Amino acid sequence: MKIQGKVWKYGDDINTDVIFAGKYTYTIKDRAEMAKVALEDLDPEFTKNAQAGDIIVGGKNWGCGSSREQAVTCLKERGIGAIIAKGFARIYYRNCLNEGLPIIVSAEAVDAINAGETVEVDFDASEIKTASGKVFKFPPYPEFVRGLIEDGGLIPHVKKSLGLSK
Amino acid sequence: MGMTFAEKALGKAAGYPVKAGEVVTVEPHFCMSHDNAAPIAKTFKKIGVPKVWKPDHLVFILDHAIPAPTDEHAVNHKEIREFVEEQGIPHFYDVTSKGGVCHQKMCEEGFALPGLIMIGSDSHTCTYGAYGAFSTGIGRSEMAAAWATGKIWFRVPESLKITVTGKFNKGVSAKDLILKIIGDIKADGADYMSVEFHGPAIEAMSIAERMTLCNMGIEMGAKNAVCPPDQKVLDAIKGIEKTNEWEALWADEDAVYASELSYDLGELVPCVAKPHTVDNYAPIDEVKGTKIHQAFLGSCTNARIEDLRLAAGILKGKEVAVRTIVIPASWRVYRQALNEGLLDVFMDAGCVITNPGCGPCMGNHEGILAPGETCISTANRNFKGRMGNKESFIYLASPMTVAASALKGEIADPREVL
Repeated sequence: MKIQGKVWKYGDDINTDVIFAGKYTYTIKDRAEMAKVALEDLDPEFTKNAQAGDIIVGGKNWGCGSSREQAVTCLKERGIGAIIAKGFARIYYRNCLNEGLPIIVSAEAVDAINAGETVEVDFDASEIKTASGKVFKFPPYPEFVRGLIEDGGLIPHVKKSLGLSK
Repeated sequence: MGMTFAEKALGKAAGYPVKAGEVVTVEPHFCMSHDNAAPIAKTFKKIGVPKVWKPDHLVFILDHAIPAPTDEHAVNHKEIREFVEEQGIPHFYDVTSKGGVCHQKMCEEGFALPGLIMIGSDSHTCTYGAYGAFSTGIGRSEMAAAWATGKIWFRVPESLKITVTGKFNKGVSAKDLILKIIGDIKADGADYMSVEFHGPAIEAMSIAERMTLCNMGIEMGAKNAVCPPDQKVLDAIKGIEKTNEWEALWADEDAVYASELSYDLGELVPCVAKPHTVDNYAPIDEVKGTKIHQAFLGSCTNARIEDLRLAAGILKGKEVAVRTIVIPASWRVYRQALNEGLLDVFMDAGCVITNPGCGPCMGNHEGILAPGETCISTANRNFKGRMGNKESFIYLASPMTVAASALKGEIADPREVL
């Protein structure tokens, strides 16, 4: 799989409250509605203008804080193609795998990518290509989560493993 | 070579010896969910399994917005009650005088037990490490899958050993220690790790203080945080254990750690975490005099009877200068505070006392801030917008510092009023 998208770039320790505000956790229940308030307290420009296929680039510890899965769902529903970061907070990391939102850890790529440029991610080759043509390899997912990704997230994966898929 | 606590607890659950870095699939013991049990129940139904794997392993505790402040919350609570009924879930804490903040209830009702693998759909599930449990927060999909299958995978974490010695000086408490540690190692300083608290100062601490430490493990990125299951823990759980499957497990002397830190309590001073990150440490001298508009004494971090006593000790016979919201961690704590006369102290001082629950901590109700306002809070997060408004400012501090600040209407040093 290959994706290409415009980059929204942010710093270190971006927490789940600014990705999806706590005040919405029980008032917004529809996935499509969650997408409309994504990053509201971090970057209103993103909230207004992000397009399906765009790529988020963050610093270290992306998604720290709350376990709220809506902080992943809102970006997945917005159509974000991938999040590339120097590192992810652990619950957020698991939530991304479970929601089927591709995440990539590459500090070198993060440093080389500029906000607003278009980058390409080749998941089969495990490569990120920047607008200036620089290529960064990233480690493939660990073996034990690959099945999860291939099945499209945890719930389809569990259904399959229990023989409940249609 | 010795084993860490995480290696022992996950190894016991897996049924074979494990080392950091390995991936294990285990059966969790208690699975805690709060108001988010409703959306989890919906995801669970999508899987297509008619019944949860073990109804008595699920614990539901309403706390995030109780009693329901909006129709959305009311519908959410209703869906949880219906699911409880349908699935025959015995451990359900509804909006009654038996309830309170989920993590407080898990501990005071005997669910948090040494050596158990506990999961919760809330990041502060790491609190139960104060009782020697291996407990960690997970997302909603993962909880739904656990209800259906009775299984969850973990990468056995590396461990960070924090050894604590010495005694607190006047006006300094466990909250000051954990804010200092997070300020030192930063919000990702323990990412993916199991944090073990060791040393004579930890042994000397009450379980309430240990809960404050473990509660904030997540604020440095930890998978779990844990204190030794010593005699204090064994005394606390005696007669209230919700299962007999627990076992007191602790790290070997020669366990291998990814890193080690040590702290002397005598070197600590009252402190705060400045807006808008928990690792934005500042000693009290640097921030005292900062004007505040609200003080909040509550949350799963610092609203136990021990915390309320410390705050009341400062407020007794005085009057607060700003609106001050007091929310005991549970109705049991509330009643004890009532019997000890602490609620009189708070009321005489001009504080507003609300029913136990999460209150304004994550911006749901009971104390949302207006643009430009500043709150000093005993909670665990000061992220932008956390208390409902992104143009507001939150300083995190201990119950003593919050009480001293409430009296002055500005951030104040508790040592000056003790």
